[in-house]
Amino acid sequence: MINLVLHMPVWEIETEGAGRMQVAVLSGKGGTGKTTVSTNLAKIMGCRYVDCDVEEPNGFIFLKPKIEETREVYILVPSIDKEKCSDCKKCVDICQFNALVHTKQGVMLFEKLCHGCGACTLICQTKAIIEARRRIGKIDIGKHGDIECLSGTLNIGEPMAGPVISQLKNLIDDKTTIVDCSPGSSCNVVKAVQGADYAILVTEPTAFGLHDLKIAVELVKKINIPFSIIINRVTGDENLITRYCYEKNIPILGLIPYDKKIAIFYSEGKLLVEDETYKNIFKSIARTLMEAVQCS
Amino acid sequence: MRICVTSTGKEKDALTDRRFGRCVYFAIYDTETEEFTFVKNDGVNTAHGAGLAAAQKVIDEKADVVITGNLGPNAMKVLSASDIKVYQIMDGNIKDQIKYFKEGKLDTIDKPGPSHAGMGNRNRRGW
Repeated sequence: MINLVLHMPVWEIETEGAGRMQVAVLSGKGGTGKTTVSTNLAKIMGCRYVDCDVEEPNGFIFLKPKIEETREVYILVPSIDKEKCSDCKKCVDICQFNALVHTKQGVMLFEKLCHGCGACTLICQTKAIIEARRRIGKIDIGKHGDIECLSGTLNIGEPMAGPVISQLKNLIDDKTTIVDCSPGSSCNVVKAVQGADYAILVTEPTAFGLHDLKIAVELVKKINIPFSIIINRVTGDENLITRYCYEKNIPILGLIPYDKKIAIFYSEGKLLVEDETYKNIFKSIARTLMEAVQCS
Repeated sequence: MRICVTSTGKEKDALTDRRFGRCVYFAIYDTETEEFTFVKNDGVNTAHGAGLAAAQKVIDEKADVVITGNLGPNAMKVLSASDIKVYQIMDGNIKDQIKYFKEGKLDTIDKPGPSHAGMGNRNRRGW
């Protein structure tokens, strides 16, 4: 098991020379510590933090950045001019998301189903459709000391997180960035992970943790991103995750112990690196990460 | 008048399907010709908006009445916009529903059920 952990000599963390990178933190199972890992790594490495878990962003609770700017996120939805509409129904047929329905009272739009693709506007022969903006969320941009922090929030009741994540990712330049993804392996995770240079999979040594980890591993393999695993809530030397990693030859980036102190820090909205023990743990994870990124 | 019943099969003695958006077939009965036609519901396979796709199909088939178990808020909105009346399925097969309808035994559905109800997990109450 010890051999599995990438061992690195101790030196001060140099993010500058390591080349610029985008590291995605994902998990499969929820509540394994993605945000804990992301925020603490961003703090210790002094790099940008981006919360792409737009359905439930929580990174800012720990980093508490000073918000400097808030941008609105819109998608374009059709707006139908009933005077011009010829009732040809072409827009209804072209819509892949069943957002338009043709009734006796003309074409009805169900805007929550609309993905804003614009096909209906293109196909309309009488130009009865114009595109209107619909606000679906926002992006907060702030600073925690020197650390740039971005966080997307999807409005409550909105089903589509994609556009918020895309706009967030568009704001990332080539500076070193930690991307905090949503749990699971849905489109939202894929969107957040895409374009990353490296992925950290955070999991816990439980049957559920392993089950969902396997799905997350499949996902990053499919997108072809090098990755390693952080095991959270570790109690002993060996567990079902270490056995899985050994079997599949997956490197373990670090271990976070199962400790009441973490729960106390978390409940108070504090970063773990405020504690000396955890500062060292995250420093060593950061070091190993730099090395792993350079090697992959 | 054209009466549409949500059906699990394409025979007139097939069992009814209580779901609207994700029913397998629409059995459409024409009161003038007294004949059934069966239309496949493409809404079964759509990821989102099954109820709307199904409602569009029913409108395109020029149905005046829909008999089903329960339908979501979006489908309800579309059907009422097209002045299509919705009735609650009773026990029995497709043919029976037409009989009940003619006898005036069926209750109307005025309130939509929970959305996403036809998606497999019966314990889920929308989301």
